[in-house]
Amino acid sequence: MDQPLVIAGRVFSSRLIVGTGKYPSHAIMKAAHEASGADMVTVAVRRVDISRKTESLLDYIDTSKIFLLPNTAACYTADDAIRTARLGREAGMSNWVKLEVIGDEQTLFPDNEGLLEATRVLVKEGFVVLPYTNDDPVMCRKLAEAGAAAVMPLGAPVGSGLGIQNPNNIRIIREQSKVPVIVDAGVGTASDAAVAMELGADGVLMNTAIAGAGDPVSMARAMRLAVEAGRLAFLAGRIPRKSYASASSPLHGVVGS
Amino acid sequence: MTIKLNGDPHEMPQPLSVSALLAALDIDPRRVAVEHNLAVVKKAAYDSALVQDGDEVEIVNFVGGG
Repeated sequence: MDQPLVIAGRVFSSRLIVGTGKYPSHAIMKAAHEASGADMVTVAVRRVDISRKTESLLDYIDTSKIFLLPNTAACYTADDAIRTARLGREAGMSNWVKLEVIGDEQTLFPDNEGLLEATRVLVKEGFVVLPYTNDDPVMCRKLAEAGAAAVMPLGAPVGSGLGIQNPNNIRIIREQSKVPVIVDAGVGTASDAAVAMELGADGVLMNTAIAGAGDPVSMARAMRLAVEAGRLAFLAGRIPRKSYASASSPLHGVVGS
Repeated sequence: MTIKLNGDPHEMPQPLSVSALLAALDIDPRRVAVEHNLAVVKKAAYDSALVQDGDEVEIVNFVGGG
């Protein structure tokens, strides 16, 4: 029997965390969220458009059931990420943050130094910090030591859909980590999510793989099933890999032998 | 008087509280967070925080993201 995902004492019924960006419409996002079974979704913090009235994202998220995780996407310095996290806390009335400090525009890879610095500051301010990090076991250990409530190593560049590029690192991160490991970014299709879970990840976070799919609602359901299947397979314990065949049927009693 | 609102100049007839500024902009205060001269304004302080000439104000909300 599996235990639920617990981060900083908060219990989640789903190990799938999904985004709110890039959907064809808010209505499709809402339907995809329901199909995904996720009870935590990420949101971005941006300036209000003063010049025109826009539909509020929050009209399409049932916050009585779904926990909001504000991110610091597009922040390139620790200072900007800290500032954005503080605003996100005030807008959302929770002290959780998906911390991103980006180091490169093309790959959106994290800036390790800035990420660690911002983690230390925000933890001191009472934030529950979930840093989006490289798939580097040493960096993940440093983030946990700095007080991160979970670590979120990337599977591949954000939005790339390349799948888990360094499965061995994800496995090592999980083996060594004292906090939950959420694979964040890089998932392209359901099997990628299953792979992440089979490697032992405690959860998977994705946005583009669902929002950008031909049918986001169907893909959300596929991801839900994949995360559950991958988790079950991890807990069940897979067979060892071997180079040669090992027959499944008895070798004796074969007709004509 | 002019303030810098979300990075752009914004004219105001007189100093306003954050509450009054949000009302003038037709923004629901429950859905936003406000930064006044780089410090976050707690919702409880919206009535007392006074925005004056030359001040910088950021008003943010949640949008879709990953």
